[in-house]
Amino acid sequence: MVKLITTGTTAIATAVKHADVDVISAYPIRPYTGVMNELARMIADGEFDAEYIVADSEHTQFEIAKHAAACGARVFTGSAGIGWAFAHEPLVVTPADRVPVVAMVGNRALDDPGNFGVEHTETLITRDTGWMMCWPENPQEAYDLTLMGYKIAEDPSVLLPYVVCCDGNFITHVRFPVDLPDMETAREFLPPTPPPRVNVLHPDKPLSIAPHVDYYWGTEIRRQMEEGMRNAIEVTKRVHEEFYKVFGRGGPPFIEEIATEDADVALIGLGGMAMPARAAIAQLRSQGKKVGYIKLRRFRPFATEVIRDALKKFKVVAVLDNDFSFGSAFHGGIVFQEIRSALYDVSERPKVVNYLIGLGGREITVDAMRSIYNQVLEIAETGEVKKLVQWVGVRE
Amino acid sequence: MSWEKLEIRTLKDAPKDEYFVAGHRTCQGCGPALACKLIAKAAGPRAVVITATGCMYVANCSYNTTPWAIPWMHAQLGGIGSAVCGAAAAYKAMMRKGKLKKEEIHVIGLAGDGGAADIGLSGISGAMLSGEDHLIITYDNESYANTGVQASSLTPWGAWTTFTPPGKMLRLGNVRVKKDLPKMIAAGHPNVRYVATASTSFPFDLMTKVRKGLAVKGPAFLQVHTPCPKGWKFSPELTVRIGRLAVETGMWTLYEIEDGQFKLSYKPPKRKPVSEYLKLQGRFAHLREPDYRYIQEQVDAACKQLGID
Ligand SMILES: Cc1ncc(C[n+]2csc(CCOP(=O)(O)OP(=O)(O)O)c2C)c(N)n1
Ligand code: SF4
Ligand SMILES: [Mg+2]
Repeated sequence: MVKLITTGTTAIATAVKHADVDVISAYPIRPYTGVMNELARMIADGEFDAEYIVADSEHTQFEIAKHAAACGARVFTGSAGIGWAFAHEPLVVTPADRVPVVAMVGNRALDDPGNFGVEHTETLITRDTGWMMCWPENPQEAYDLTLMGYKIAEDPSVLLPYVVCCDGNFITHVRFPVDLPDMETAREFLPPTPPPRVNVLHPDKPLSIAPHVDYYWGTEIRRQMEEGMRNAIEVTKRVHEEFYKVFGRGGPPFIEEIATEDADVALIGLGGMAMPARAAIAQLRSQGKKVGYIKLRRFRPFATEVIRDALKKFKVVAVLDNDFSFGSAFHGGIVFQEIRSALYDVSERPKVVNYLIGLGGREITVDAMRSIYNQVLEIAETGEVKKLVQWVGVRE
Repeated sequence: MSWEKLEIRTLKDAPKDEYFVAGHRTCQGCGPALACKLIAKAAGPRAVVITATGCMYVANCSYNTTPWAIPWMHAQLGGIGSAVCGAAAAYKAMMRKGKLKKEEIHVIGLAGDGGAADIGLSGISGAMLSGEDHLIITYDNESYANTGVQASSLTPWGAWTTFTPPGKMLRLGNVRVKKDLPKMIAAGHPNVRYVATASTSFPFDLMTKVRKGLAVKGPAFLQVHTPCPKGWKFSPELTVRIGRLAVETGMWTLYEIEDGQFKLSYKPPKRKPVSEYLKLQGRFAHLREPDYRYIQEQVDAACKQLGID
């Protein structure tokens, strides 16, 4: 195993190479493009072999991925921001076809208005469609979660698409020490060919895939997708164990607790937000403040029990949303809605407040995290929530 | 090559086996369904068909009653180019890498005029530029038939559709000129080795062209004129006759562009007046003599360019 100082871009491209992906469809949009550049280079240099298709749009990219996967190939594609939105038609029907497409997103604010900053909204608006979604904190996790993605998505009891959502720039472009295994070790975890499945398009076994079902079978097909998503919870746990056996890392499957043992309050959020939170925690802990953080590694499937059990011990939980749901309950973020709902049946539940942070791509700083912690500690002390949903750093 | 011979000139040359059989619920006399039958017959059992949304999906392939005896899959309305590209790439990569037995698999994409010439045009263009091996076939029934007959860019001038109803103010119905999709594909993608047009009323020619499109390495394109009784408003027993008349009047022409060389496949001995074709169809019922004359002039000019008298 070699420890490299490298970006999430290289880490993900290496995972794709290690997965021996057969078909890649590419279209440029910042900040994910680098992964496709890197894969193109690897193929041109003969580092691995895949059909690399220069697509004419994101719609094409995801339609290519869906059909290549339907023919039994292992595939990789990706996008960001409005590109992900442009792909939405093929994207939202892929889960019903039960093909294990694996993709990445370099999270980016939806423009208009023009914006290269990070926001999670573009992928979170896909949350209800049957895609499994995870958020790495750093390039190491970007590699790990990508490689694991193939194993989870291809599990015969799951067969749903999977997307690795990376905070644009912070994960895609920032260098970080990454353990990149050699090909053989990677293959010990993930063999180059997916396990056999029934729904493969091939003349040896003629089959009509995705015919018109109407209301006669529509409900049952939705129900089967739901079963796949439920199964994904157990499969994800198992795949994390298998990953740990081979690599000795990978972390818990759904959430990671940071300094929570004796904490009174915790923040919870997706992806790279954990980085400034860790720094703020170190500062506040040195002042004797009992603060912790819960890193939400996977949003779909949402591991309700795991999340509920982890959160119920706190006095106050503040959900960080780098996204927004306009006009939603309490006019809050998307993650907030789910966390609050997950805690509803807990009799002695923490107060759950919401901080909208980094909206429109603004940087998420350690200072901002510290300030949030101090506000949340005050709520814990006084028991009083002055404002349920707060916009962080907005010019009023 | 998975067939004994490429060309189908007579009934004897045509295989007896059918790969598009009962089970669909298209209208009586449906031209596109006839095209499916002939395409599947010509392509044979080592083909894989992907069909974009449209009548040949909604009315053609229902769960538990599929008419396809060869593998079939649905693609999004604008996704046919991308879908066949993905499928062809998958087979190619897996065969090259030893993950799949090396053999010929014919990848065929079917899309209607709306799916191909409008919403899927960009994807088809991408597929034509790709190095993947597939054949895209547009079944041209000259409207968005499945959604209740709306104008597409392949709807002919003067046709009634529900988006172009002739009325007191707008007398003519559709006034857009039919897009020349095969020429556009040929002109815009010089790498494409085979572009052709066909008609369900010329079945041997159609089947031969399917095989030729599949036989060339790389992408190929075929547009088949397929009369639609519902959308064109004619009685179902006239499907074949109307298809023939389209060619005999010069309203539709049969040709091939092979390695850039244009060749007429059929030259009507003596062209019939367009009114013979138009008058059989309710979609043109609102047209008057001067409109027929206008269409005749347009067709004459187009035919002259192609070397048809
Ligand atoms: C993205 C998208 N937009 C609209 C539709 C609605 N729609 C379903 S079938 C169809 C007609 C397609 O026309 P064409 O490709 O000519 O095929 P035909 O129905 O004539 O066989 C349309 C517009 C759709 N399925 N998908
Ligand atoms: S509307 Fe036309 S294309 Fe559609 S099924 Fe009927 S005849 Fe066939
Ligand atoms: Mg049509």
